[in-house]
Amino acid sequence: MAEPPAPYDVAVVGAGVVGSAVARELAGHELTVALLDARDDVGEGTSKANTALLHTGFDATPGTLESRLVRRGYALLSAYAEATGIPVERTGALLVAWTDEELAALPRLHDKAVANGYEHCAPLTAGEVYAQVPALGPGALGGLAVPGESVICSWTTTLALATEARARGAAVLLGHRVEAAEPGPAATTLRTTAGDVAARWVVNAAGLAADTVDGLFGHDRFTVTPRRGELLVYDKLARPLAPRIVLPVPTARGKGVLISPTVYGNVMLGPTAEDVADRGDTATTAAGYDFLLARGRRLMPRLLAEEVTAAYAGLRAAIDRDDYLIEADPERRYLLAGGIRSTGLSASLAIAEHVRDLLGAAGLGLVPRTRLPAPPRMPNLGESAPRPYRDEELIARDGAYGRVICFCERVTEGEIRDALRSPLPPAGPDGLRRRTRAMNGRCQGFSCAGEVEALLEAGP
Amino acid sequence: MSTTLTPDVVVVGAGPAGLTAAARLAPRLPPGRVLVLDRERAPGGIPRHSDHTGYGLRDLHRVLDGPGYARLLTERAAAAGAEIRTEATVTGWAGDRAVDVTTPRGLLRVAARAVVLATGARERPRPARLIPGDRPPGVLTTGRLQNIVHLHGRSPGRRAVVVGAEPVSWSAVLTLRAAGCTTALMTSEHAVPESYAAFTHPGRLALGVPVATRTRVVRVVGRGRLTGVEIEHLDTGRRRTVACDTLVLTGDWVPEHELARAAGLDLAPGSAAPLTDTALRTSAPGVFAAGNVLHPADTADVAALDGRHVAHQVLRALAGHGPVPGPGVPLVADAPLRWVAPGLLRPGDPPPPRGRLLLRSAELVRLPRVTARQDGRVLGRRTLPWPASPGRVFRVPWGLAAGADRRGGPVRIGL
Ligand SMILES: Cc1cc2nc3c(=O)[nH]c(=O)nc-3n(C[C@H](O)[C@H](O)[C@H](O)COP(=O)(O)OP(=O)(O)OC[C@H]3O[C@@H](n4cnc5c(N)ncnc54)[C@H](O)[C@@H]3O)c2cc1C
Ligand SMILES: Cc1cc2nc3c(=O)[nH]c(=O)nc-3n(C[C@H](O)[C@H](O)[C@H](O)COP(=O)(O)OP(=O)(O)OC[C@H]3O[C@@H](n4cnc5c(N)ncnc54)[C@H](O)[C@@H]3O)c2cc1C
Repeated sequence: MAEPPAPYDVAVVGAGVVGSAVARELAGHELTVALLDARDDVGEGTSKANTALLHTGFDATPGTLESRLVRRGYALLSAYAEATGIPVERTGALLVAWTDEELAALPRLHDKAVANGYEHCAPLTAGEVYAQVPALGPGALGGLAVPGESVICSWTTTLALATEARARGAAVLLGHRVEAAEPGPAATTLRTTAGDVAARWVVNAAGLAADTVDGLFGHDRFTVTPRRGELLVYDKLARPLAPRIVLPVPTARGKGVLISPTVYGNVMLGPTAEDVADRGDTATTAAGYDFLLARGRRLMPRLLAEEVTAAYAGLRAAIDRDDYLIEADPERRYLLAGGIRSTGLSASLAIAEHVRDLLGAAGLGLVPRTRLPAPPRMPNLGESAPRPYRDEELIARDGAYGRVICFCERVTEGEIRDALRSPLPPAGPDGLRRRTRAMNGRCQGFSCAGEVEALLEAGP
Repeated sequence: MSTTLTPDVVVVGAGPAGLTAAARLAPRLPPGRVLVLDRERAPGGIPRHSDHTGYGLRDLHRVLDGPGYARLLTERAAAAGAEIRTEATVTGWAGDRAVDVTTPRGLLRVAARAVVLATGARERPRPARLIPGDRPPGVLTTGRLQNIVHLHGRSPGRRAVVVGAEPVSWSAVLTLRAAGCTTALMTSEHAVPESYAAFTHPGRLALGVPVATRTRVVRVVGRGRLTGVEIEHLDTGRRRTVACDTLVLTGDWVPEHELARAAGLDLAPGSAAPLTDTALRTSAPGVFAAGNVLHPADTADVAALDGRHVAHQVLRALAGHGPVPGPGVPLVADAPLRWVAPGLLRPGDPPPPRGRLLLRSAELVRLPRVTARQDGRVLGRRTLPWPASPGRVFRVPWGLAAGADRRGGPVRIGL
């Protein structure tokens, strides 16, 4: 065996949206950074299966770290999306009250928004609610407008952050499941399924497994209880029904069942909220479907006449307290970013800043690098900006952008080729879906599966 | 700027319906006036990858395999003078009879005097059927199965469960067999397989596959890799798990109606297909529809003969044979019939294609006694010697409703 390689300055465990944002932030300094994930792609955990709202933080618990970081994250991610081309649609949200009790709760929510530093909420009469979303079912009593709530592409977000981390020099180590951590005087050795990785500092951004990884460092301070959220995605033909996000009045159990447009031009109904024992249990259930359909039937009866294009479930990493749990352990040169339950996508960039500051305070030297590469320009997966299949000039330059492969989502050969040649190429069909939308549409591969799989196999 | 083409007729979809329409239209119009667009690399529609015999009986009076049938229809349309462009995806409307098209050679705008929508139908995939459970790969529709096997020479798994027992389901079994995959079980929610007594093509060879009737799939099992499906008997509620690495969801058709919806065309209740009259006019002037987009899903020869029918109606319209005659009376399917095509009867219009109304039944009726009524009056009643079965299109002779008053109330077809 050759000399063991020099330890990294920082190893980030978990390449979800949080870990990727942290790695990108740290790689902007004079540091060597490794981003590790157990899976064969980035963003394979909760970061790929959520409702993809860019939250303002209007309904957070005032004074919490989460409130602060979601608010800051909203601003940071909005700007980052602009710079990198992550699809965002500024749809705004309506919080709708269906009972007198809920109606009575609206002013409190309005005040809470102000306490969270969000000043743009406005009360709505029932008439105004229906004027904004005419397809709502009968019985809405009033509402609260939250104009800043937006929809974003969660897949592109994680991918952009990890891509930029890599461009800044971070090593992206996929297929590295961390199974043990051995402290040493200068560095911790992480024993992974793909060999040892040594680092002076370790950041735990392992999402659902954050408590387990925390245990590897000798801590016993929290337990993650996966809270499953099932979602139904309706056909694009339903999109005109949902011009805005329609939120329920939140309860102690969570944000409740919402109806939301997606940046891909679909409509989403969900999520459910159910604690499960198994951290890998992203199955959908008959009970979940029944619950969502019953809700949907009341919220927007016309939605249910459209076809369901996709159904999936994500797991929130809920913990036994009502805030993020982000703590540095200077002694062990270790930091935990845990309990990032239902707002981690929105807060990701602010979490990264916060982690950076905590690490700095704990003793990690932070010297910003002067010449950073420009942020990556991500392929556009959204419907609010032009896509290649309608781009005259692009097609004239390269006909592959005029060769539509996935008809339902209008994904071209050029885009699939680009994904295969990208710095973080997909590991399989699912990764390709998240990078291009290929096979995500209403026919689910009825017409294009063969062609897509052949392109994937042929490789770059 | 994108190139604009101005044919007399643009046909969207080069399946049996579109190709047959084009073959009829082209010789009757000046050269170069009929353009067929298809998004696939090759024309032919679904038969291209349906690599078994059973095609062409009613339109060509012989029996061919799918790819051979697709080739022959393509040759005929081309020989007749129709221009066929492939890798040409119609992405939307640019006017009442104008469409936007994406091709590798650039964007096109096609502004025609008449449009024929012949976009076909597809099978509902898993999410649309709301089948819960894990989400491993290995769950496919017949279309997807045949696409990967016949067009791309890829193999499915070793042991399959096939959901549905209608003609297309047997087609899936044949494909699986050719690809070295055993069908462990077919399931059908109905008491007798849908293709009961009417399954004529060589799927019979595949008989011997056990069929679990009154059974539905309630859960997909397997993380990362499909290991089985849980099925439930509808009457007893008994559940069991069947091991498999491939699950093929067959039938349960939906019309490929995106363009029809985008144009805001009236839709037929029950099928969500564009609503047409017996001349196959949709609710938009100059826009016609033919094939499985109207009746998901009948056999290819029936789709092809729609194409022949619509061609004559398009020619009449182009020749300026007057405005559309009156609002017409709706044809309505009464339960257990789910839909009827065509759905409108106008004064002076021709009988429907092949002199048949096409319907779909929600349940099996072995010796259906069909009645057509209007304004309380029985127009016709007949017991048909073929079953009304949920797995296939139910064809009813036009004579039953032909006597309807085309200015009266709705014509109801019931059993
Ligand atoms: C139903 C639902 C809806 C949501 N809606 C929203 C929303 O609208 N807006 C919003 O902002 N947020 C939303 N969220 C929350 C958001 O998705 C999460 O907060 C965020 O994705 C968490 O990211 P993460 O990086 O912490 O976790 P993850 O994405 O789960 O990443 C953790 C990674 O760690 C890896 N890992 C675990 N253990 C190990 C190990 N031992 N070794 C190596 N790698 C390991 C995993 O493979 C995984 O990739 C929602 C969540 C759910 C479930
Ligand atoms: C597995 C299987 C087995 C079958 N077996 C038999 C059999 O043995 N015998 C038999 O008679 N029938 C059989 N059928 C039925 C037969 O295939 C159909 O009836 C027939 O293909 C219908 O023809 P169509 O022209 O209406 O539509 P399709 O064949 O579906 O053709 C529609 C065409 O429109 C194109 N299109 C759609 N939208 C657009 C757009 N926006 N832009 C450009 N192009 C577009 C599509 O690419 C497609 O090529 C089978 C079907 C299946 C799925």
